[in-house]
Formats: sequence, C-alpha cells, structure tokens
Amino acid sequence: MIDRTVFKERFVKWVLVAFALSSLLFLFLIFLFILAEGLPLFLKVGVKNIIFGFKWAPTKGYFGIFPMIISSFLVTIGALVIGAPMGLSCAIYLSEYSGKKMKMFLKPALELLAGIPSVVFGFLGVIYIVPLVRNYLGGSGFSLISTSLVLGVMILPTIISISFDALVSVPKTYREGSAAMGATKWQTIYKVIIPSAKSGILASFILGMGRAIGETMAVIMIAGNALKIPGSILDPLRTLTGNIALELAYATGDHRLGLFSTGVVLMVIIMILNYIANFGIKRKIAK
Amino acid sequence: MRINPRIINRLVRMGLNVQAFFTVGILIIIVAIIFFKGFPHMSFAFIFSFPEDMGREGGIFPSIVGTIQLALLSILFATPLGLGTAIFLTEYTRESLFTKLIRFGVESLAGIPSILYGLFGFIFFVIKLKMGWSLLAGVLTMTIMILPTIIRTSEEAIRAVPRQLRIVSYSLSASKWETIKKVVLPAAMPGILTGIMLSIGRAVGETAAIIFTMGSSLRLPLSVMDSGRTMAVHFYILAREGISMEKAYGTAVVLVLSILLINILAYYIMNKAIARYS
Repeated sequence: MIDRTVFKERFVKWVLVAFALSSLLFLFLIFLFILAEGLPLFLKVGVKNIIFGFKWAPTKGYFGIFPMIISSFLVTIGALVIGAPMGLSCAIYLSEYSGKKMKMFLKPALELLAGIPSVVFGFLGVIYIVPLVRNYLGGSGFSLISTSLVLGVMILPTIISISFDALVSVPKTYREGSAAMGATKWQTIYKVIIPSAKSGILASFILGMGRAIGETMAVIMIAGNALKIPGSILDPLRTLTGNIALELAYATGDHRLGLFSTGVVLMVIIMILNYIANFGIKRKIAK
Repeated sequence: MRINPRIINRLVRMGLNVQAFFTVGILIIIVAIIFFKGFPHMSFAFIFSFPEDMGREGGIFPSIVGTIQLALLSILFATPLGLGTAIFLTEYTRESLFTKLIRFGVESLAGIPSILYGLFGFIFFVIKLKMGWSLLAGVLTMTIMILPTIIRTSEEAIRAVPRQLRIVSYSLSASKWETIKKVVLPAAMPGILTGIMLSIGRAVGETAAIIFTMGSSLRLPLSVMDSGRTMAVHFYILAREGISMEKAYGTAVVLVLSILLINILAYYIMNKAIARYS
C-alpha cells in the first residue's frame, strides 16, 4: 500500500517534469526548423547578398531584404514615437493619479484593447486611417505614418501594463520622502518616481518594440507592401513579417527558403530585443 | 520666469486625465464602429447559414464552427501541459538552473511573434509531418502559442494559494499529489480558468499563425485532417480581397463580440479570485 503511494508520487513527478520540458522542446523545434529551412540560402547566396541586398526577386535568384529590415525598424520606431508617450502617461495616470474606482474601470478596459485581433486593427486602419492620411497629407495613404499610427495604438497595452507595474513597485517611502521635502505631486513623479522606475519603463518600450516588429496582419493591410526603402513618411513599405505573410502561401523551392531566411532575420532581431528587455534590464534592477 | 509648481502640477494632472480617457476612447470607438456598422448585417440566418459565392452571400456558420473547434482542441492540449508545468515549477522544485531554463523557454515562446509560429507550423506540421493544411496542424501550432499564457496564469494562481492549506492537508497524512489534486488545484481554479479564457480569446483572434497551418477552406471541417477557416481568417480574406464589406463587418461583430465576452468573463473570474484571497 505504502509502496503504491510512493510509486504514484514518483510517477506524477516524472510526468510533470516531462510536461515542464515540453516548452523547451517546442522552443528547440521552432528554432531548429526555421533555421534548418532558412540558413541554407545564407550559405548559397551569401549573408551579405541577403541582409544587405536591395533587390528581392526570389524567382530570379535575388534575395535582398535590406529594405525590409530598414522598413521593419522604421515602423517600429514610428510605433514607439506614438505609443511610448501615450502609454507612459496612461501608466502614470493609473498608478499615481486615478482613484480606486477609476482604476477598476480603466485597467480592464485597457486590457480589453489587447484582446482586439490585429486583423480588426488592420481593417479599421484601411477604412479610417488610410483615407485620412491620403486626404490630408497626400500619397496613397498606405504609408509609414498610417502603419506607425495603428501599431502605436496596438502596442499601448504592452507599454501601459509593464510601465504601470514598474511605477507601482516604487517604494512608498520615496513618495513620502519627496512630499516631505515640499515637492508637488508632479515634481515627485518626474524627479523621483520615473527615475526609480526607469529600467521597467525602458523594458516596456523594448517589449512594445518587439510586438510592433513582429506584428503582421495589421501591417500587410496598411503598409502598402512596396519593395523599397520609404523616402518619406508618406511612402509605402514592406516589413519582414509582411514579406513572409504575403508570399508563403504560394512560394516553392528557393523562394520559400528565402521566406524562411527572412524569418531567421526576424527571429534574431526579436530574440535580441527580448533578451535586452528580460535579462539586461532586469539584472540592472537587481543591482 | 519660474512658473508656480502648483500650476504645473494641475496642468499635468489635467493632461494625464485627458490622455487616459483618450486611450480608453480608442477602445470604445473601435468597438462602437464595429457594432454600428456590423449589427445591420448580423442576423440569426447570418450566423447559422453557409457562405455562398466565396462569402459574398450567405452566412459564416463553418467559420464559427472552425473557430470553436480550433479554440477548444488547443485548450484541450495546452491545459494539461501548461498546468503540469506550472505545478512542477511551484510545488516540486525550488529555484535552480533547471527552473531558470524552463522559465527561459516559456518567456521566449511568449515573445515569438505569431508569423514565426505560422512559419514553424507550416514547415513542421503541414509539410514535414505531412498533415497538410488541416485543423490538426492549426490546433498543434495554437497549442504551443497559448502554452506560455496558461503556464504564467496557472503559476500565479497556484502561488497565491495560502501555505496553511497545504500544511493542514499534510497533517491529515495526505500525500503531495493528493494535496495538490484535492486542495491546491481547487483553490487555484479561478486563476487557472482566467488563463484558459484568455487563451481561448487569443485562439479566436489569431490569424497569421492559423492561415498557414489550418488553411482557409470554406467547408465545414468534419475531421481533424480537414482544412478550415476561423472567423478571423474569414474576416481577413473578406476584407483584404474586397469580397464583401457588409459580410466583413458582420463577421467582425461576431468576432469582436465573442472575444470581448470571453475576456470580460476572464477578468471577472480573476477579480472574484483576487477578492477571495485579499
């Protein structure tokens, strides 16, 4: 009887270990298969010709994705220019100014924004933002600025929730100390609270960038998908994610491998951003 | 000239107030547009009839069924895996290199964008494992995508269960697993359910990973090897290929409404759970 219980306990433990390992296994498989499909082309065509190549004509042997890398960074920076100040001020309002009841309403509402699917953002962007840009600023409307606007809103929930956590975790004694020196609330916030929550806020921006650079469906609907580096904020562009999503359904042979190479570049960028946000910055907090 | 800090303080307060409501206003506007434009095109017949002429006419019944199949099957796979991982991380080990490694895996999975899941699912499940564009390939891809959400929320929920409950259970000579099964999990259930609901919401709204694994067949998937379309994919195709704006809005209403309801339910369960332990 006792032996059976002991056996059962051991059995459960090993099953749980196996379950816990599944996440690592999946991560390994994702890396393995994307790299296995994406790397051969780097060897065949050359890293330089892919990463710094300007021409994407995969059926003719040109796999240059430099304009897409630049475009991906441009929309990401654009999204951050719009999303970071909005998100940070929302987080400050939520953590420092709003009453308890207001918080009970605002926080869930902002979390619901995160649940809206990206196709819906893309659709509304095409119907409302694109014509707005076309009529008032010119160009076709499918542009860097339209994409940045929509992405800026899409990354708000990420920025708000992470900077909110950072602001809330600033010890109460800091605020009391500052108030005791006769500082107003705003002086306390920008001289004491924001500097102490700096690394968390920075992490929220970087994770927001990660979301923006990985966003796909909204981007292919709004960005216009042109194959060159945009010369102005009104020009259309194609991102790394857009390149994959637009062509994967019908690509074969080397063309498909080229899309996986695009995926490899995207994966490396995302891993670097996540590493900076999760480890680089958190370690700083620990110090 | 030095402006009185009190006045600045007032102005900032007002500005932040406006800003916060502006942000919530965006959500309200998005939902309002979808509802006002979409409700006229939504009806009982629209929900329960089959699409005709690529979706130009008729309803969205197969895509609703496809969405439900995808969400429920992914949950069915991801919940035991995710919950098991969470139980292991909270009850069976202390922090070590091994748990750090697992946490690294979970964090990394959470950070991978959906298009890369699409690429992986496409090459691994669809091509290498020869599943073709199928419900099964979609479900397996989605399972991996929602795993981090389930692990994180379950872990938090299990950690929030007071230590005394466990001690009492041990003192009644219950074994570790009996304690987990009969004491810890029931107490953590609301938090676990929140994670499951949020994951369902994510599966319902996902497009990029699904379109390359589950495909976009308009037929009703009758077996797991059939291709099918979720509402989000159907909506994307209607809107992007300009097939029918009315039907696109109609689909958007059903899509957004179901996600909002699922997420509201999730937060409601979570708030009740928080109220219980504080």
